[in-house]
Amino acid sequence: MKTAAPPLPGWLAILRQRLFATWLDTVASLLCLYVVWRVSLPLVDWLLVEASWQGASRDDCTSRGACWVFIRARFAQFMYGQYPVPERWRVDLLGLLVLFAGLALSWRGLPRRKETAIAAAIVLPPIGIWLLHGGFGLKIVETREWGGLMLTLFLAIYAGLIAVPLGILLALGRRSRLPLIRFASVVFIEFWRGVPIITVIFLASLLLPLIMPTGFNVDRLARAVIGLAFVIAAYMAEAVRGGLQALPDGQTEAAQALGLGYWRITRLIVLPQALRISLPAMTNEFISLFKSTTLVLIVSIFDLLGIAQAALADPAWVGMNMEAYVFAGAIYWFACFGLSQWSRSQEKRLQAAHGR
Amino acid sequence: MKAFLRDRKVRDIFWQVLATIALVAVVVFFVKNASDNMVKAGIASGFNFLWRDSGIEVPFNLTGYKPSDTIWALLWTGIVNTILVSVASVFLATVVGFTVGLMRLSRNWLLSTLAAVYIEFVRNIPLLFFVLFWYFGVLAALPTPKESFDFLGVIFLNRRGLSIPTPNDLGGFRLALLAILVLIVAQIVLARWARARQARTGQDFPVWIAGFALCGALPLALLVAAGAVTSWDQPILRGFNYRGGFVLVPEFVALFMALSTYTAGFIAEVVRGGIQSVRQGQIDAARALGLTPGRVVRLVVIPQAMPVITPPITSQYLNLIKNSSFGAAIAYPEIVAVFMGSALVATGQAIEIIAITLGIYLAIGLAVSVFMNWYNARHKLVTR
Repeated sequence: MKTAAPPLPGWLAILRQRLFATWLDTVASLLCLYVVWRVSLPLVDWLLVEASWQGASRDDCTSRGACWVFIRARFAQFMYGQYPVPERWRVDLLGLLVLFAGLALSWRGLPRRKETAIAAAIVLPPIGIWLLHGGFGLKIVETREWGGLMLTLFLAIYAGLIAVPLGILLALGRRSRLPLIRFASVVFIEFWRGVPIITVIFLASLLLPLIMPTGFNVDRLARAVIGLAFVIAAYMAEAVRGGLQALPDGQTEAAQALGLGYWRITRLIVLPQALRISLPAMTNEFISLFKSTTLVLIVSIFDLLGIAQAALADPAWVGMNMEAYVFAGAIYWFACFGLSQWSRSQEKRLQAAHGR
Repeated sequence: MKAFLRDRKVRDIFWQVLATIALVAVVVFFVKNASDNMVKAGIASGFNFLWRDSGIEVPFNLTGYKPSDTIWALLWTGIVNTILVSVASVFLATVVGFTVGLMRLSRNWLLSTLAAVYIEFVRNIPLLFFVLFWYFGVLAALPTPKESFDFLGVIFLNRRGLSIPTPNDLGGFRLALLAILVLIVAQIVLARWARARQARTGQDFPVWIAGFALCGALPLALLVAAGAVTSWDQPILRGFNYRGGFVLVPEFVALFMALSTYTAGFIAEVVRGGIQSVRQGQIDAARALGLTPGRVVRLVVIPQAMPVITPPITSQYLNLIKNSSFGAAIAYPEIVAVFMGSALVATGQAIEIIAITLGIYLAIGLAVSVFMNWYNARHKLVTR
């Protein structure tokens, strides 16, 4: 006769249930453990244990591990690119300004929060361009000297600032009663969604100078921003459309019954609700915009990844490929992962607010 | 008059006319500037340049293209290379994506955590990063041809690329392919017969096991047999490099690995979402009816999950095809690199070349979405 196995202590039971429930599970778990063991040990060894941290040149990297000295020596380049050293305080100042505005606006108790947000979105971008580019008393810094993480953030934020309002307009256009406006919006959205971003960046850098009046020069960086903004606007439009469609018709009908016109209904009733629903989807589009900014490398604009790539060509630091990639990759990963976690928390908050 | 201005129809027409005028004005403005600028730069427009000699070297091509061929042939080479890397990556991305997606759903904590780590790692890093990483980080660090990694002594991986053997004649494989087609037809007939018999008598036939033998094991055996009787062109180390066989250039390998591992992360999430969308009640009910676990998956879970999975997975495939343009960053000769890059620099025909390139991608997208609509209409879940 079979006797029941004696009960296991709590954590062992959990371990058994989660990892060793059947013999197949056991095999899979052991295999996983083996893989993790074989991968993580050399990785940790290379990243931390055997790595060189102190020094100033390649000769200080004597160990087998990663040469973080290289990152330390080139850290400023990774952040600012070729931005002139005496002017870098301007970038820092702008960063602080944006950070402060972001923190202030994320505080829910801020008086007149909505109005402040709109004011900040209108006032800050021109200030940013003035600080970065110069003029009006500041030394001019040409855009080809910009680079690194600062350029990545510039591209993402400015393209996003164009893409969000444009995307909202396109989404409204796609759901418009007027067939011509609907048609134009659909063509715009489907065209930009249908072509690879890399071709759009090519297109912007080649065609924009061609279609502008002679003597009117569009800055290289501005071309990239416009190209990125158009594509992302098309994707944003689809994200917003999701929110518009989720809104019950009764909302608009009730507003119409109250005698409101189209723009007032849109501004006061439709958009505040629809945008709240679309926020997670729009954040995801912003993440993909952030990742797409790397493509400006193709038209020789050196964002964070471009600077990492260019650093490989430095004869004083031959063979630092892995270090450069790991550093740049980690920054992208933390930024995107952070954003997506934030988007998930927003989604949860939204669901909780709807009592679902 | 006031009533006329407040009429909805009148206002609708007014706004549409206004929008049309604005759009046309913008387009006319741009076109006029463009033609002025082109006249100034001395660029002739038109598509005649397509029949000119290209004079552009393409290091990796399957079409037998030579630099003395036309630009048209160059474009075709680019298209073939795009299709090649896309098809190969779609295949690997699907296999890895489904595996990781299923792992993510596993009861086994380690398996599901590993899958989650993979998904979060891949999805939060730009694709260009992976392309450059594979190309400059991994493949550049590979050994020289002399110290190649060899797989069973027939496939060799080194920094010049992946050398694979090629068959000298395809006769054996043609026969095998014919036999496989016959087997597939046999399987279809068998499945129909089994279904009819089950409907008539309720008797069950192990169609899946038969299918596994007819469409999996036997074809594999046939292919192996065909390979055994064919003579192969083997890559052999001569001097500093491997000669013979076919060399997949490092650009291809890097782009292929980056595209497939990246897209796999997105496919895994789609698969997980699709399977989780099947309600637990369905599975419980199937179990209560006494179906075996395999049949629960085959008859209840998969048929309900597939319609949910297919549309987003197609859009992932479409993304992958568009993303194959990232090859331009490492000079893999696909459409954007050879046509929008080299040919444009050589001819200066910016507008025509951009129009053709965008047209190709839009056509691919349109074809895929037409196919998808057809497929969805056919496989729509019938609900009562």
